[in-house]
Amino acid sequence: MPLLHTGRRRTKLDRSYNGPPRQGPVRHISPAQLNLERVHEQNRLSVRKKDGTKAPEPAPGPAAKGKPRLLLMGQRRSGKSSISSVVFHKMPPNETLFLESTARIQKDSMHSFMDFQVWDFPGQVDFMDPSFDLDAIFGEIGALIWVIDAQDDYLEAINRLNSTILNLQPSYPNVNVEVFIHKVDGLSDDYKLDIRRDILQRIQDELSDHGVENAPINYHLTSIYNHSIFEAFSKVIQKLIPHLPTLEALLNDLCRSCRFEKAYLFDVLSKIYIATDSSSMDMASYEICSDYIDVIVDVSEIYGWDRPKEYIELLEGPPWNKKLEDQSGCRDAESAIVLTDGKRPIMLREVNKYLALVAIMCQGSYEKMPNVTMNVEGTVRGLTEVFEITKQSRQIPRVMRRSY
Amino acid sequence: MNNLSIQDEQAASPSAEPKQKQKKKKVLLMGKSGSGKSSMRSIIFSNYIAKDTRRLGATIDVDLSHVKFLGNLTLNLWDCGGQDAFMENYLSQQRQHVFSNVGVLIYVFDIESRDFDRDLLTYRSIIAALSQFSPTASVYILIHKMDLVVPNQREDIYNDRVSLIRSKSDSFDPTPFATSIWDQSLYKAWAEIIHDLVPNLDQIEKHLGSLGKMIQAEEVLLFERTSFLVVSAWTSREIITSDASQPAQNPTYDRNERLSNIIKNFKQSTSRFTGTPKSAEQFSVFDLKMPNFCMFLIKFTTNTYLGVVLPPGEERYNSAKLNCYIARTQFEDLDSPARKSADRGATAEAVEA
Repeated sequence: MPLLHTGRRRTKLDRSYNGPPRQGPVRHISPAQLNLERVHEQNRLSVRKKDGTKAPEPAPGPAAKGKPRLLLMGQRRSGKSSISSVVFHKMPPNETLFLESTARIQKDSMHSFMDFQVWDFPGQVDFMDPSFDLDAIFGEIGALIWVIDAQDDYLEAINRLNSTILNLQPSYPNVNVEVFIHKVDGLSDDYKLDIRRDILQRIQDELSDHGVENAPINYHLTSIYNHSIFEAFSKVIQKLIPHLPTLEALLNDLCRSCRFEKAYLFDVLSKIYIATDSSSMDMASYEICSDYIDVIVDVSEIYGWDRPKEYIELLEGPPWNKKLEDQSGCRDAESAIVLTDGKRPIMLREVNKYLALVAIMCQGSYEKMPNVTMNVEGTVRGLTEVFEITKQSRQIPRVMRRSY
Repeated sequence: MNNLSIQDEQAASPSAEPKQKQKKKKVLLMGKSGSGKSSMRSIIFSNYIAKDTRRLGATIDVDLSHVKFLGNLTLNLWDCGGQDAFMENYLSQQRQHVFSNVGVLIYVFDIESRDFDRDLLTYRSIIAALSQFSPTASVYILIHKMDLVVPNQREDIYNDRVSLIRSKSDSFDPTPFATSIWDQSLYKAWAEIIHDLVPNLDQIEKHLGSLGKMIQAEEVLLFERTSFLVVSAWTSREIITSDASQPAQNPTYDRNERLSNIIKNFKQSTSRFTGTPKSAEQFSVFDLKMPNFCMFLIKFTTNTYLGVVLPPGEERYNSAKLNCYIARTQFEDLDSPARKSADRGATAEAVEA
């Protein structure tokens, strides 16, 4: 059952829980898988070219295979476990205060529109120690997320990050390093930018001293108390999606033809957006769209109960004489809301089990809803096709590999 | 589609009923200091979220507020500061001022209170004063902050307290509720209190039922505009099962409160998004079509929103929505009868004595 219909997840109001991060509601089996394996195959091949003998092997164990990995690293108490609990386990931010410090690597696999793993590293472990198998850790890495506590002295964290990057550069030059400048809630905007500039400067200087120029490093200002952490994760994950340009082009087309102000393709479970149109992004529109998904999930949790079959038969009988599926125009969830100022109605359309398209429309769009629905329908078909294609081609490399 | 046209206009027309007078009800909100009276008032009537109530300070003396409700009901809400000095003052100097013409007394008990006997003593004297000046008032007791009690003890402690309080209530028959601002129990309690207060609710309910039947809805809900409490709800008995005498029910029994809660939380986000004040109306239409049910919420009359849950199906949905918009004028009369008579020039009758 799609998530939107059953709403199987913790609601914000379920406050009874304050134990360790729980894994229950995020485990689902995915039908819509992206071809991430291929990306990694490419990564591996490119490494192999440079270093013929030391091509990284696929990570051991069937569970880890073909899933991109997000590594959360940083100093201890910088907020790594809190981030993964809030984003992937829907823990209310204020409950993260009670999280124990992580003693060993926490591996979580996320089954969503694409399967990926989140590895939460204990801050005190030095994995550059020769006893660690670097390949096992960095072999299939999708992104390395380095968390820096902005409210603390961050020099030590930067030093460790630099040495990590320098150590990784020779064997894994393609690793995306994402620096989360964390706990910035409560800091003034100017101060945030200052910190960001300072950190960026220090890292760049250090790296160029060692001859590494233009390392792929991105910086994000984050906090678990607002939506910024979700936005940062969205950007990290978007880099792992091979056909992002196609998705963006589809959304751009939709926005142009319907004059939408902004359209997002959301992962319903984590509320990370995996694609958006090219218009400028602002936090407010992201927040309202993500909260709107919450409303739909919560409402459908209340009213989406199984009706008795006698009742369904009655509904399918006269005067309609049609199956219930055929009575409705769309088999997926659809929703729209007109806010009182009338300027920016919001619409939502389910794309597949895990994804939903949420868009902020322009004034007067609600009156033209049938046209909008038709355009959206076309876009959704396009999006599903993109996912279908990549799902099929996923089979091909496997066969090829076997024939080597 | 002919079978869904408006055929029920006679039933929905309120013209036969006697003119309603504008009503004011005095509602006393009392309880020990720190028991959470102002917090719940802010959440229900001022669109606070639970977390925001931490900012509230102690209420000094009486905090008066007027809340306009449907059916031309105005609630005069007396939020009475609960410190002992104030309490003595209410019971002595201001006794008549405070306790005369009371429609409803809502007395809040803090479940965590150390000295329950003393609370009971205060309650007794309040009840005594009330029976002296407003013997017809209805009394509600809220056992508040239930979230602070271990879940498996909640029921026992609650029953224990309620029976003690009942025994001290003289001739009044208080209606008890267990509440907490952190979940929907508060909405449940207030929705029922409001439900009892609205004057012409039985008519509204009757018409809501006939509207629901006509549009083949599963559920029809009437929300009050500012508090978004469910004032009236109608559930279809057409959801047949194999046993004809037992229609199926949505298993989520607290759905109305939960829906109020969801919408109120979302109103916080929309007010941030649109930049309008939280107390303003935040949306006019909300559509939701799922494969297994449909639902819409529309702005209905001046003081209400209407929520309808339907089985899936485009035709059914669209005609239901149109029918609800048509029925709107009829309900508008039920909502504020005084204004209607004012429009007709019969102002003299409408003015409150």
